[in-house]
Formats: sequence, structure tokens, C-alpha cells
Amino acid sequence: MNSPQQPKRRQFFKIASAGTVASASGTIPMLFMPNAALAEEVLGSDVFKTLTKIARDIFPHDRFEDDLYANAVGVYADQAKADAGLKKMLVDGVTEANQIATKKFGKAYAEVGTEKERLEVLNSMVKTPFFGKLRGDLVVSLYNQPAVWAKLGYQGPSADKGGYLHRGFDDQNWMEKI
Amino acid sequence: MAKKKFDLNDEVVVIIGSGAGGGTLGNELAQKGIDVIILEAGKRHEINDFENDEWPMFSKISWLDKRTTSGTWRVSKDFPNLPAWIVKAVGGSTVHWAGASLRFQEHEFKARTNYGEVKGANLIDWPITLNDLAPYYARAEDKMGTTGTNGIPRLPGNNNYKVLAAGAKKMGYKRFHTGNMSINSQSRDGRGACQQIGFCFQGCKSGAKWSTLYTEIPKGEKTGHLEVRSDAQALKIEHDASGKVTGVLYGDSKGNRHFQKAKVVCVAGNSIESPRLLLNSASTLFPNGLANSSGQVGKNYMRHMTGSVYATFENPVHMFRGTTMAGIVQDESRHDPKRGFVGGYEMETLSLGVPFMAAFLDPGTWGRDFSDAMDAYDNMAGMWLVGEDMPQEKNRITLHATEKDQFGLPIPNVEFSDHENDIAMRNHGFKQGKALYESIGAKRVIYTPPYPSTHNLGTNRMSAKASDGVVNKWGQTHDVKNLFVSDGSQFTSGAAENPTLTIVALAIRQAEYIAKGLNNKSI
Repeated sequence: MNSPQQPKRRQFFKIASAGTVASASGTIPMLFMPNAALAEEVLGSDVFKTLTKIARDIFPHDRFEDDLYANAVGVYADQAKADAGLKKMLVDGVTEANQIATKKFGKAYAEVGTEKERLEVLNSMVKTPFFGKLRGDLVVSLYNQPAVWAKLGYQGPSADKGGYLHRGFDDQNWMEKI
Repeated sequence: MAKKKFDLNDEVVVIIGSGAGGGTLGNELAQKGIDVIILEAGKRHEINDFENDEWPMFSKISWLDKRTTSGTWRVSKDFPNLPAWIVKAVGGSTVHWAGASLRFQEHEFKARTNYGEVKGANLIDWPITLNDLAPYYARAEDKMGTTGTNGIPRLPGNNNYKVLAAGAKKMGYKRFHTGNMSINSQSRDGRGACQQIGFCFQGCKSGAKWSTLYTEIPKGEKTGHLEVRSDAQALKIEHDASGKVTGVLYGDSKGNRHFQKAKVVCVAGNSIESPRLLLNSASTLFPNGLANSSGQVGKNYMRHMTGSVYATFENPVHMFRGTTMAGIVQDESRHDPKRGFVGGYEMETLSLGVPFMAAFLDPGTWGRDFSDAMDAYDNMAGMWLVGEDMPQEKNRITLHATEKDQFGLPIPNVEFSDHENDIAMRNHGFKQGKALYESIGAKRVIYTPPYPSTHNLGTNRMSAKASDGVVNKWGQTHDVKNLFVSDGSQFTSGAAENPTLTIVALAIRQAEYIAKGLNNKSI
């Protein structure tokens, strides 16, 4: 018996603890449709913008536009709406980051001038459940975007294009000339 | 034609699991006219349901029921509830395997004799030899369409393989090629040729890769002697006062329980669920678990010495284009203690998509060091090391003391710690992999720790003496004549080779033995 056809757009899916959890609870995070606008609404603009900045500092790619990081954080939209505990963790985490940044550099996290300085703030939070959860979820949500794949040269689904047999699976020869 | 459906009271052969072992055994018995039910815990997804998308397929077909881990292995720290990446669906792990189909080497069947006493390792010899298994290996290769055998041409090499081959040449390696792969290089057995789709781990959408899902199972069903019941999770094997098994209690996805009578039961749920089922089937007659008079059920868990080496270059590789495992270097698979360890390892190309690469390249790491590696993704080549790890009694599957599953049964805990030999071998493999890639200009080399285990072995092992293992040379339990083990948990040693071909060969051979035994009423 076949299961129903999956619609082309991404639905929510369960992801086991693979690569996404550093926290002790080992829960299975549910990553819903990324919805940056809703996430900003649910978390508040300052929290959302700071999380987006933190996301870039955790996985810095200079050629990724801010949108890609906003979408990565955007997976928290439905989750934070449904789960008050998660929302609190994210809000409190940003608060703590701002406190540390203010103490060290006299500015809120997102205002701190250099990546080096912001990393000092993050490094002091590395063992917190907030950081662990964020990093673990972002490693999935950031790199699960077709727009990110395109930047990194990954071509994504291929069966519908006939595979790579006639699309360059063996097109490189430089290795034979060394 | 309507598929055969048996009644709960039909005393048939009941096989638990539909993968390389269970699926093959089911078909082999059905072809001989023997009635079989395969109980499969997972759902039935067909080729249509496969998606070229790593995370959605991971959540669709992986075994995600809760498990816990312990021991010093890094998997326990990074993925505390994911000791293994295996499939919960009809076809078992043959749905997502890479297709590597290597025979064990002769000396690997006699690990204890050839390696001597290794302190801390529970080494014994297999009760069978390569000679015993050779005719069945041949039949398995024919059945599966293994390239490099039966006149089947090897697959062409993709860019990732070309990098491996160029480096292998520079290293002076002699035994490298695109592998013995159970992936059609040309149409065969009603299935088309490989399109180099590159999503082998997500189910082969062309059907070129062998999987029991669309080979053994439909062939068996066509005989009218095989029924596959999906969404049927085995809970307990029952036995009578004389110690013969009588049937299997299983639960469906609605939580209802059913009891299927059986004249023979064959356990093929892979090396975590198979021992778990025997342990959960403990009774007054078998207080330590069904067929566990030796105490070895669940013990000697092996997952192969593994690890990956990824390297980035000045030029593109596009390693994701084409088969996930596209070639092999076999020189290091020899037994050569001068290297500082017993046993050997294979070096096999590997590719992951961006989503999985980010998650598994170096779990837990972040910052520019990590993102720089991801930025070089398109210029990356990679290999996976597969080596013989030592069986240790303390590496084992046990029943969790308190946590229960959705059916109220104790969940499994997987305990594992590397043996010194495993570490020495891995370090050697990392060094050789690095040297290989650097010999052709790698700019950066990354060592990746073992993933959640895709090869899970040894937890109901074969032994000559009943006190040393769980099953005899036929996979028949020492304690219970009509109870068999038919998956990789039978393995006495892990060898350096991927396990599937050996599991299939053993299943073909076991089917003959079971058929004979049913015929002469000795089983």
C-alpha cells in the first residue's frame, strides 16, 4: 500500500536527535515550515533580529544574504507559538546575550561591531541549553534550504532530471593531471 | 492477482523483519513451496514514495523509536538517542544501503586463530569457513546482480571515484576499482541501469540498486506462499513447555496485539531489535531471555571501525553527482599486524548532500572553521573507512531498566566503547586517507568520527560451542530447535567488509537447511 503523495513544498517533519541536539533532553525537534515573518511576530522584532545575527555568527557564510539566516530562525515560528517554554528559552537566551554584550562592550549583541567580539559573547554561552538547542536546530534549518544549496553548488533532487549520468557525473579531469 | 493472506492460526514459518536476511529468507522458502509470513515493524513504502531529499526521507523510513546509548563512543555524546541509522520499513536497510557487496576474506572466518588472543576482545572463530559459504556467495551475487561478478560490468567512475583512484595510484595502492556493487550497470532482472542519481541513501528511484522491497518480496509474494504484514512490530516470541517456539505476539500501529502461530520462527530485526526481542521473550524456562542459556544474547555488539575522511581541493568535484559509494581501495583490508593492529579495513568513497554534511561532518562544531568547510562543499571528495572492530562482551544491547516503548516493553540501550585495536586501526585509516588526498593536492583534510551505526552486528553470534554464542552454523539457536536468527546479529566477527552480501548468502543457505529440516521433521 502506498503512502499518500508528498506535496512538493516542505511539510513539517520530525528529525531525530541526529546532529540537532546538544541538550541533555534528547527530544525530537519538530521543524515546521520556515516562516520568518510569523517568527518575528511571535518572538518580537528585537529577539528575532538578534537570533538572526547569532545564527550568522554561529555559521558565518559571507556570501549568504540575511534572508537565509532569517529563514533558518523562521522555523521557530509555529514551534514558539505552540510551546511557551521554547519561546521563553529563546527570549531569555537573547536577553543573556545582550547582558553579556553590554557588560563586555557596552552594546546590545546585534550592535557589537566585530564578529570577533560577538564570538566572545557566544563562547561564554556555549554550554547553555539555549546555545545547544539553537546550534543543533540551525545546522539543520540553515543547510536545508534550496537557496543555500545553490550557493554551495549542491544541485539537490536529480531523479526527476534523469540523474547525473548525462549531467556531468564524471566531468572532471584535473585529478588525472596531477 | 490478490496477495496471499494467512490466518493467525495457520502454523507457518514466521520471519521477523523484511531486510537482507528476512526478505531473502522469506522468498527462498516461498520458492520452495513453504508458507511464510514476514512481520515487518515498519510501513510499506514503494519506489514512488522515495524522495531525493535527505531529511524528509530520514524521518520517513529511519528507525526512530527511542533508544538510549552508553559507553565511551562519541555517538553516545553527539547522538544520545540515535545509536544506529537503519530502516524501519518493508525492505529493511536494503532500502537505504549503498550497495557494496564484498565477500569476507578467508582469514576473517577464523579471527581467533589468525589474530591470536587479543586482550579484552571476545574473539572466536566462525563455525563455518569461506569454503562453506562460497557457493552461497555465488548465488547471492547472481541474485543481487553484483557488478564485477557474473559477467556484470563494473559501474563507471564518478568524479569522487576519480579523485580516489588518482590518489590511490600516487600512494602505490594496487587494488582499487568502482566496487562490487549490487547496482545494475545495465538492465538486469527486470530492473533498469543506474542513472547516477546520487540519492542511494534515500531509496533508489530507478530500482537499479538491489533491495528486497522490489525484488525478493514481490517474487516471494507471486508464489502465493509469502505474506508480508507491515506495521507489525514483534513484541514477544512464545514457547511451549518443551521449549519449542509456538508463535509471535505482535502489535500494530493502532496498538492492538495479535498472536500469529508459527512452526518455526526466524528473527531478522537487525542487531538491536533481534536480541531485544529475545530478551523481552524471557520466561520461567528462559529467565535470561529466550535462547540465552549462554548469556551471550545482546553481547559482542560490533559496528565496524568506521570514520570518514573528507578533503577539499582547488577544483570542483561535485561528489554528490552519482552513486553515494562509487569506488573502493582494498589494499588495507589485509591482516598485517606490522601496522599496529589486527584485521584490516576497506576505503570506500562516500558522498553526503549539503544537509547531511552539515549535520555529520563534525558534529557540534560551529564558527568559521566549520562554515569554511561547508563553503568548499562543491570541491570536496570523501571516503568512508570500514574496518574489522573487535567483539567485546561489554559492548552490548540490554533492556533499559525503566524506559518503555509504546507497547509497554523495555526499550534497548546500546553500549559501546572502542577497543584499542579499533582506535589504532582508525588512526591508521585517517592517516592513509589524508595522505591519499594530499598526494593529489588536497588543501584541507577533515577527519569525521563514526556516524550512528549503519552496520550493526554480532549480538546473537554463531559459535561452535553453545556457551560461546547464541546460534549454530545454520543460524539455528543452540537452545531452541525451531528458532533461528537470520540477520547480521549472527556474525561471529565483523570482518572488514560491508555485511549485506554475507547476510544474503547465509539466508540462502539457511533456507535450504530449514526446508530440509521441515521435510524430515527434524525441526
